[in-house]
Amino acid sequence: MKQLVILSGKGGTGKTSVAAAFAHLADADSLRAVLADADVDAANLELVLSPRVIEEHDFVGGSVAVIDPDLCNNCDTCIQVCRFDAISLSHHVDPIACDGCAACVYQCPTNAIRIEPQIAGRWFRSETRYGPLFHAALRPAQENSGKLVTLVKQQARLRALDENYPLVIVDGPPGIGCPVISAVSGADLALIVTEPTVAGIHDLERALQTTAHFRVPSFVCINKADVYPDGAAQIEAHCREHAIEIVGRIPFDQTVTEAMVNGAPVTAYRADAPASRALRAVWERVCARLENGQ
Amino acid sequence: MKIAIASGKGGTGKTTIATSLALSLANVTPAPLFLDCDVEAPNAHLFLRPTFERRQDVGILIPRVDESKCTYCGKCAEVCQYHAIAVLGKKTLVFAQLCHGCGSCTLVCPERAISEIPDVMGVIESGTARAGITFARGMLNIGEPMAVPVIRQLKKWIAPESNQIVIMDAPPGTSCPVVESVRGADFLLLVTEPTPFGLHDLRLAAQIARELKIPAGVIVNRDGIGDASVDAFCAAERLPILLRVPFDRALAEGIARGQTLVDVRPEYGAWFRQIVAQIANREVVR
Amino acid sequence: MKILITTVAPNLESEVDPRFGRGAYFLIVDPATLEWHAHPNPGVNASGGAGIQSAQFVVEQKVDAVISGDFGPNAFDALNAANIAMYLFGATRTVRDAIARFNAGELERVGAAAPQRRV
Repeated sequence: MKQLVILSGKGGTGKTSVAAAFAHLADADSLRAVLADADVDAANLELVLSPRVIEEHDFVGGSVAVIDPDLCNNCDTCIQVCRFDAISLSHHVDPIACDGCAACVYQCPTNAIRIEPQIAGRWFRSETRYGPLFHAALRPAQENSGKLVTLVKQQARLRALDENYPLVIVDGPPGIGCPVISAVSGADLALIVTEPTVAGIHDLERALQTTAHFRVPSFVCINKADVYPDGAAQIEAHCREHAIEIVGRIPFDQTVTEAMVNGAPVTAYRADAPASRALRAVWERVCARLENGQ
Repeated sequence: MKIAIASGKGGTGKTTIATSLALSLANVTPAPLFLDCDVEAPNAHLFLRPTFERRQDVGILIPRVDESKCTYCGKCAEVCQYHAIAVLGKKTLVFAQLCHGCGSCTLVCPERAISEIPDVMGVIESGTARAGITFARGMLNIGEPMAVPVIRQLKKWIAPESNQIVIMDAPPGTSCPVVESVRGADFLLLVTEPTPFGLHDLRLAAQIARELKIPAGVIVNRDGIGDASVDAFCAAERLPILLRVPFDRALAEGIARGQTLVDVRPEYGAWFRQIVAQIANREVVR
Repeated sequence: MKILITTVAPNLESEVDPRFGRGAYFLIVDPATLEWHAHPNPGVNASGGAGIQSAQFVVEQKVDAVISGDFGPNAFDALNAANIAMYLFGATRTVRDAIARFNAGELERVGAAAPQRRV
């Protein structure tokens, strides 16, 4: 069983569009795949895969401190101890600022503080026309997105192992911090989708450094490749220098947005669109790499 | 006045809008303070081209155990909510990437065997950018999981002058790094695109505004590429649409090259100044 | 003697689970008598440093050795500190095979050098 994670560094380069296309192409090729949407802050894969939710669960993230005003003696120890500016002068805990560290709980001389687990979101096991999809929704302003990503991926992985699916496709989040680190965990291969803009190039470098740090083999595909040819050339030079393969160039194509508006992967929506043909080529290269480990 | 720019979905144009907003205000005195709070993938420097003059390593304080005093009682591990300190056999181990720097273990140790040492996670830098804009940003080190401490320290490190407008460019998403970035803002500009992905994530970003009780308005970028559902949502939520930037290939190509919106289309400067005036005069109502 | 093996399912017929921190189950077995019992891995859903929670659990179980496919640096440090020997499955697929090869001394023991930071 192999895990492919789709990353970008910069947001908006087209990870989800690529992930959705791969889900469709895998199914078209009779390659059974489990899908995981690891962008739990802004989970968009469901918008183009029309999942049917089979089960859903609460996700308990961290905890928050709760102060019992009847036991509080106004000594302010909690305020002094809190490093997250989460306790007001009137001894009220701000649940958004509170990190759930419980330092105040253990320091309060009157045991007036307790720690309460927080339901930070929900996770779902769904079926789509291309295979099972595991996804989640973190409540806005919550923490522990890394933990929720880990849970979604773990569910996908276990399902794949239980039922002999050869592939797990993970639609990753933007950035390089803990949600990305959790998404990269256990990946056999990372496909970094970039765009040939100054911002895209800058963030590609950070994404590649991140996958290198965690020793996940990576390759790159350039999306909206024709928008800035100089930028594409810069990416090509950078990748050559670092011996990273570029597995494809996808032209800017309004069909991608049209397909999204119509709730379908672009390759399913219009197979002969320029973006679809390019995605098909990228997919074939990805498969070859997954199979050969080359 | 502090204006934060966020979005939910990545790639909608936050940095494009934020940097253009800053440049539009450059003739105000004092020129604005720009904070690039996307410490995982900062991009604003590519457009505002600052010269960095100050730099500081940032991180959190993590525990260090004096083994000669440690009795392996396990109290530190018991109170740690993050499994960052553990007593295993005759050793007490600290796992720095899991530590949140809360100090709880240090306080509870009955032998006072724990002291705290700095663990560097990133860097913050400041300097002067184009048009006299004061620029500061944070950058998270590769492999470090937590962006929030870097963002928090960036915002504490650089204080605006009196009357200086502060523009805070937030990262994509809707979780803790975004909250830390926009916290304290007087107004939140939500940048979206008129597509199903844009709408889905705008809903989430709008909830952050509500949770943090920050008034918000919307900027629709790449207007024309999708459908009208974002407009319908904003109308239903009484979220004012403050600006529409139509999709424009020449603009996309300019941005790809490192030009801001107002570099390619200077007429937008007046629009941005008008938005700031509306925000300042509280003419923008939710 | 007690050894612990990371497994996909909670029984002796299961396939081995290659990753220590993310393994689905921990099967604790006496390699001589084959008496066993299984626990779900308490660290399986931890984000970052799953190995630590798993390692702490393992230490509490007072096993003599752990067999898995891969130990991340946090798990390695933790198990090493507790003087618990670590072995790798190598090409073994099932729990029964792993026990047999352990008894025959054929499994590779993880050395003193800690592996590089991984997730």
